[in-house]
Amino acid sequence: MIKDLVNPTNFNILVGKLGDALTRALDQPLGYAINWGRIWSLWPVHLETACCSVEFGAASGPRYDVERFGIIEAFGSLRQCDLIVVQGTVTRKMAPRLRMVYDQMPDPKYVIAMGACAITGGLYIDSYNVLPGVDGIIPVDVYVPGCPPRPETLIQGTMLLQEKIKRSKIR
Amino acid sequence: MDNLEQKFNETIKMGLDIVKETEEDRLMTLSVGPQHPGSGHFRFTIKVDGDYIVYCDPDPGYVHRGEEKMCEYRNFIQNIPHLERPIIHDSTNITYSYSLAVEELANIQVPLRGQYIRALASELNRQVYTLYWLAIYGIFLGHSTMFMWPMGDRELFIDLLEALTGARVTHAFNIPGGVRNDVPEGFRDRCLRQVAYFEKRLTEYEDIFYNNPLFRQRTEGVGILTKDNAIKLGVTGSVLRASGIPFDVRKAEPYDIYNEIDFKIQYMKTCDSFARSTVPFLDMKESCHIIRQLLDKMPKSGEVRAKLQPNPKGPPGESYKRVESGRGALGYYIVSDGTPKPYRVKISVGSFRNMLALPFLLIGSKLADMPSIYWSLNYWPVEADR
Amino acid sequence: MSSDQSNTQNGSEQKKVNSDSTQTSMSKKTEAITPEFEGDLINKIVSKFGDKIIHVIYIRPGRTKILVPSHEIVQVASFIKDTLGFDHAESVSGTDYPKDNQIEVIYHLGSYSVDKLSSQILALSTRADRNDSRLPSLINIFKSVEYHERETFEMLGVYFEGHPRNERFLLPEDWADIPPLRKEFRIKGR
Repeated sequence: MIKDLVNPTNFNILVGKLGDALTRALDQPLGYAINWGRIWSLWPVHLETACCSVEFGAASGPRYDVERFGIIEAFGSLRQCDLIVVQGTVTRKMAPRLRMVYDQMPDPKYVIAMGACAITGGLYIDSYNVLPGVDGIIPVDVYVPGCPPRPETLIQGTMLLQEKIKRSKIR
Repeated sequence: MDNLEQKFNETIKMGLDIVKETEEDRLMTLSVGPQHPGSGHFRFTIKVDGDYIVYCDPDPGYVHRGEEKMCEYRNFIQNIPHLERPIIHDSTNITYSYSLAVEELANIQVPLRGQYIRALASELNRQVYTLYWLAIYGIFLGHSTMFMWPMGDRELFIDLLEALTGARVTHAFNIPGGVRNDVPEGFRDRCLRQVAYFEKRLTEYEDIFYNNPLFRQRTEGVGILTKDNAIKLGVTGSVLRASGIPFDVRKAEPYDIYNEIDFKIQYMKTCDSFARSTVPFLDMKESCHIIRQLLDKMPKSGEVRAKLQPNPKGPPGESYKRVESGRGALGYYIVSDGTPKPYRVKISVGSFRNMLALPFLLIGSKLADMPSIYWSLNYWPVEADR
Repeated sequence: MSSDQSNTQNGSEQKKVNSDSTQTSMSKKTEAITPEFEGDLINKIVSKFGDKIIHVIYIRPGRTKILVPSHEIVQVASFIKDTLGFDHAESVSGTDYPKDNQIEVIYHLGSYSVDKLSSQILALSTRADRNDSRLPSLINIFKSVEYHERETFEMLGVYFEGHPRNERFLLPEDWADIPPLRKEFRIKGR
């Protein structure tokens, strides 16, 4: 009787449907779990580019504690980080190094452009040594405006990044 | 030495496989680069022979934004937000010196109450800056409590400055002619309460950090900069005062109302890294006394700003003015040619002058002493590059 | 407030001016008030080297400026260091004057060791031709000018003879344009 039910054509469809059911059953909770793990442990690279690094330092301080969100500045190597916060102006001398650092980070990686200078060049748009915005060299996920942005704004920026990660499919 | 050479040759004759080390094999080049938890946005190349540093070459310029060129395209008032950004956490002092120089060029007289408020904001900002420096020093040496405590205390001072000027770090408070606005209601009491609380906290810092045996071992006797070398290299600020030279611009050349304030120059004679890290701490204590005197002596009412024409300008001339910022003597050389835009602005910052001491001190010292020497020289890369 | 003073480059003036009331009497006062201590300092230099070499630009309270031709600057600087007691340079800056076809390099010298000179800044300046700008370096006299002169080289194109490293310092490695602080270098959009 089983031989009647399961013949070659039928078998493929059965396996296919079983695979679909399995994917639907596991993908969503598994994806949710993996994204949950990524959201609450974003580790930024220690790369200060310019003056906004002072507000990033203040955000790590006791009043605007970002460590409760899991954002600990990894003082080890950059091979274990997944977030790069471009803090401030990127000059032409710093740009190749920024690209190298970005390339060395493992996937998945996210970029937050912090400050007006990282978005469009800001106050220094007509300087001879400043890149007008950092999204020409690395793909940016979240733009945080301000000059410099208050630490609360930076935290809101990371929450937006968390929403974006929640919505993404895992590969 | 001959004996050793003889033994070595005998060993080779016996056929043992020994490779003699050449000079090039011994030295290793390290690049303490812009992406490094111990250097900030600055690179220096060092060559190490085992554990000792034999060569050091600083490579600044990663944050060079061309401030001096951009100042020539904006008029005197538009330059102020620009010139705040090099030392963003000490922004009142870098615009203070600029305002003094422009006032000399354009012959502007500042009212007395404005001078007092300017000095008060400058002292508060000095505390904010020194606390940030102390926090990063703590984290460089691995003392993370010393990162959290100064950062927290710094926020209280930033609250005061926010009530006074409206912004956390980029105040744009000093303009040629005075300050932008008057102090708010109740500021005096709040300030005095904060200073009293802070003095108690300073004794706690002394307990956990400056009397910490590990910190003392890491910094005492390390990186000695003798008095003659300090004068020859032309260093400034706390680095100079830690080598036994009592020089402070507020006493040597009092600007505004500093000749009516009674304070002592803090200096130490031991010339090592410990002295360079203690002098800013003593400066903070002295600053508390200065803030109290300023609040007492301030005139009760009056104008805070001189009336300016829309585009202030002065006759052709030049001026050089300096101010004691958190890091040292900060000088401005401004050349004006009679138009509302300056012809040349040159900023002489403490970091650029202290950078000369970096290769001088690092060569001959151990690699593990590098963080304690480097950050005790009070070097901020954004300021040195302008 | 702009005041209608004539050329302030020559002669001396008061530091803080009550602008309106004493303006008319300023020109009469300029000859009378010359700060004494600063005048003494300058007289020592002028009496040693002579009037032809040293041009005094201004003498103000706390600030003095002299202009020296480039082939004499090393001797003048060593005299200032050994005899007068100025021991370090606070800053070295270059200014481009395309109208005179010259670049002026000015050294602001200060003193840490002599007490009376702690509030004085002596500005020692020299001029170089714009097209062929070479100047002798003062690094053997004042060691503190090392990085400042290197920056002036890269920003203005002035070659300092005797300086061990006339190289690029702050600009990026692939900078291929003219030195940025020259007046013909226009920043974008202006």
